[in-house]
Amino acid sequence: MVHGELWTLKELFVYPNEYIYWSIQIVMYPFMTGLVAGAFVLSSLYHVFGIKELKDIARFALVFSFALLFAAPMPIVLHLQHPFRGINVMMTPHFTSAIAAFGIVFFTYGTIVASELWFLYRKHFVEVALPLKEKKDKSLTEWIKFIVFYTLTLGVYDISEESLKRDEKAIKILAGVGIPVACFLHGYAGFIFGSVKANALWMTPLMPVIFIMSAIVSGIALCLLTYIIVMELRKIKVKSHRKPWMPKLEDVKGVEMSVIRITAKYLLLFMVFAITLELLDLVFRGYTAVRHWDILRTVIYNKDFTNIFILQYTFGNLIPFIIFLIPGLTIRRAIIGLVLVIMGVFMMRWNVVIGGQAFSLTLSGYMEYIVPIIPHDWETFKEGMGGAVSIFVMPFVLFWVFAKIFPVFNLKESH
Amino acid sequence: MINRREFLKNTVKGIAGLAVPLAAIEIINPRKLHAANSSEKSKVRWVFLVDTYKCVGCGFCVKACKNENEIPYDANVTRTWVERYVLTKEGRLFADSPKGARDGFITTKIDRGLGNFQDIKKEDIKKAFFVPKLCNQCENPPCVQVCPVGATYQTDDGVVLVDRTWCIGCGYCIMACPYGVRFFHPKYHTAEKCNFCYHRITKGMKTACVQACPFGARMIGNIKDPNDPVTKIITTERVGVLKSEYGTKPQVYYIGLDEEVR
Amino acid sequence: MKSHIWRPLYAVVGIIALALLARVFYVPKDFGIHERGYMYGWYREGNIEDWKNVKVKYQGKNYCKDCHPDKVESIDKTPHAIIQCENCHGPAIDHPSDPPKLAIDRSRQQCLRCHFPLAYPTSSRSKIRGIDPEKHNPDIECVMCHNPHKPSLKGIK
Repeated sequence: MVHGELWTLKELFVYPNEYIYWSIQIVMYPFMTGLVAGAFVLSSLYHVFGIKELKDIARFALVFSFALLFAAPMPIVLHLQHPFRGINVMMTPHFTSAIAAFGIVFFTYGTIVASELWFLYRKHFVEVALPLKEKKDKSLTEWIKFIVFYTLTLGVYDISEESLKRDEKAIKILAGVGIPVACFLHGYAGFIFGSVKANALWMTPLMPVIFIMSAIVSGIALCLLTYIIVMELRKIKVKSHRKPWMPKLEDVKGVEMSVIRITAKYLLLFMVFAITLELLDLVFRGYTAVRHWDILRTVIYNKDFTNIFILQYTFGNLIPFIIFLIPGLTIRRAIIGLVLVIMGVFMMRWNVVIGGQAFSLTLSGYMEYIVPIIPHDWETFKEGMGGAVSIFVMPFVLFWVFAKIFPVFNLKESH
Repeated sequence: MINRREFLKNTVKGIAGLAVPLAAIEIINPRKLHAANSSEKSKVRWVFLVDTYKCVGCGFCVKACKNENEIPYDANVTRTWVERYVLTKEGRLFADSPKGARDGFITTKIDRGLGNFQDIKKEDIKKAFFVPKLCNQCENPPCVQVCPVGATYQTDDGVVLVDRTWCIGCGYCIMACPYGVRFFHPKYHTAEKCNFCYHRITKGMKTACVQACPFGARMIGNIKDPNDPVTKIITTERVGVLKSEYGTKPQVYYIGLDEEVR
Repeated sequence: MKSHIWRPLYAVVGIIALALLARVFYVPKDFGIHERGYMYGWYREGNIEDWKNVKVKYQGKNYCKDCHPDKVESIDKTPHAIIQCENCHGPAIDHPSDPPKLAIDRSRQQCLRCHFPLAYPTSSRSKIRGIDPEKHNPDIECVMCHNPHKPSLKGIK
């Protein structure tokens, strides 16, 4: 079977070489990079615009963004037919291609986030590394801890007030510079699709902007959701298992409703932007009715009706909107709303990537995508549900590891 | 705060330090750029001509192409294929390309996918014909533009090739081609497409499909040679190209191209 | 005192330098911008030779003529003259050294490619005579009665 044949069902007139080549992993990729960009923007809302209520979630969002950054290239690695040649994108980049921007954009963004994290946690690294340096007879874990934190200090031990003030200024600059870079990180992903003139659904200049707006939506939603869950779990854990090294009960308050409300406000703002642009695109297409509108209309209103109008627009946009606007927001309602938003953003990526391949280049045929759910070989795993779920889980695992180096809670005198 | 002297010192140090590895990039080489614009251009630009009146849908071209270019015979991908179009008196279009016409067209039933077939009676047919398709070796190839690593490119005689040792298999070129000629090679897992049998035409032979066609429906020529019979037809007779609205400037010309052709 | 702010930048510059060094070893020397410019001509030049060196499989009718003049002469007198030998006999490649014998496609499907009648107005296919394969001797190969090198049945009982 040729690549794509296994999960493609062709109907009516389709060219012989046409299959659904860009599978669920290509849906995951913009989804993950969108989460990266969105998490960073949320963090920058505090560092750049000084919205004080977002201080704690800002720290959390930055570390989460870093964890997401490592997970984001994974869909590409799993999708490439020659994953080990993936480095070619950085070795001989062809910048007329949007994908070639991947190397520069990821690297730049990675250095910005890493640098901002360094400035944010530098004091903590020094406070851990120096005492360990003095200590004789370190145990193995202490040795590893020492090496990690000593390297992370990058040879700087000055944690005076003056140097910390310089750190703050650097963080502010980096967070400010990082916003357009984060936009570029996801904007280029939208450009990858929007610039393909051969695809009737993808080709629109609105694509990069739609992607950026929905990326910010997804990033804010996932950060807020994870933050709520983590804070509530901490509260439960501290209440039920009292141990001497745990923080005092009065220090663990769970998540503040004011934080949720303010973050939700920004979430709704970007949701409005995203849905406006998408509806604008749809209205324009229907109004101008160019040659490919006939087949596109059947795909949007018939074949993909449930995916677009029920799952994405209603469950993913309208219902969360109502949930967050009704007064008296509770944590439970917020969690439901956030889960729906994230699902809605995922469906948006799905409807673009898979929807664009749902019709043939002949404009007289259809292709249906049957996602491999139960894998029976490597290909059906990596290009099926198994691969997608693994990648979605990965940032949470990484976050758990990173939180040991960049502690997210109860840090004394944080910036 | 860093003062101006320190800043300048560090900048100079930084640039000096980068100068050595920067020489390794060599992305812009003035000499090479000059060669691109010079008049020492190629004397050959390959073009293809298809006569859809002559094509009978026998599929010998597809079979020859598969064998000549080592595309696994039973794989459902092909570098070239033939499409059948049947227009009924009611104004409906039925089109198919069973296995790319590798085995020809030996039934009146049109393949509609998902196991459905449509048999059309002779008296209902207004017009019907066959359209061979292959890579158009466009003058502005969108597939080359979107390759992120420089694995696919165009030679100066106009043929678009794929470097099997460098292609990472992202599939962007396949998505970018408006004509659907690209696919993943089932064995090499790199992008693959018709390359005008480059190994044959550079030796003075014809492509495998041109040679195999018994009816002379396929022809290859050099548009830069005014005495080439293909050039004469393209420049003096009425010919058409596929999907010119995409700005790709395809170099496969069709005689008898109907407006229903997809 | 030099500001510590620039520390991360030094680390980044170091990584970039390492990447550029790796590039020197990883990228083939003939990779660069060639005749068609950066947009269409960014590639490894050696690949052109790789493609030129692909083995030719189909040799064409003139190749067969030297050793099989009788076969070529006989088919050239019939309407089947337009068909390449290799269309039915398979690619010659290095025949007679490799392969020593060519497999002949004698199946009904082979003949039906042209001789399954399709009355398509405006197409040359409608001008080729054909048979209904389900009614016309469906169990035996066409070549049992029709010699492809002399397909006319005139004068044969």
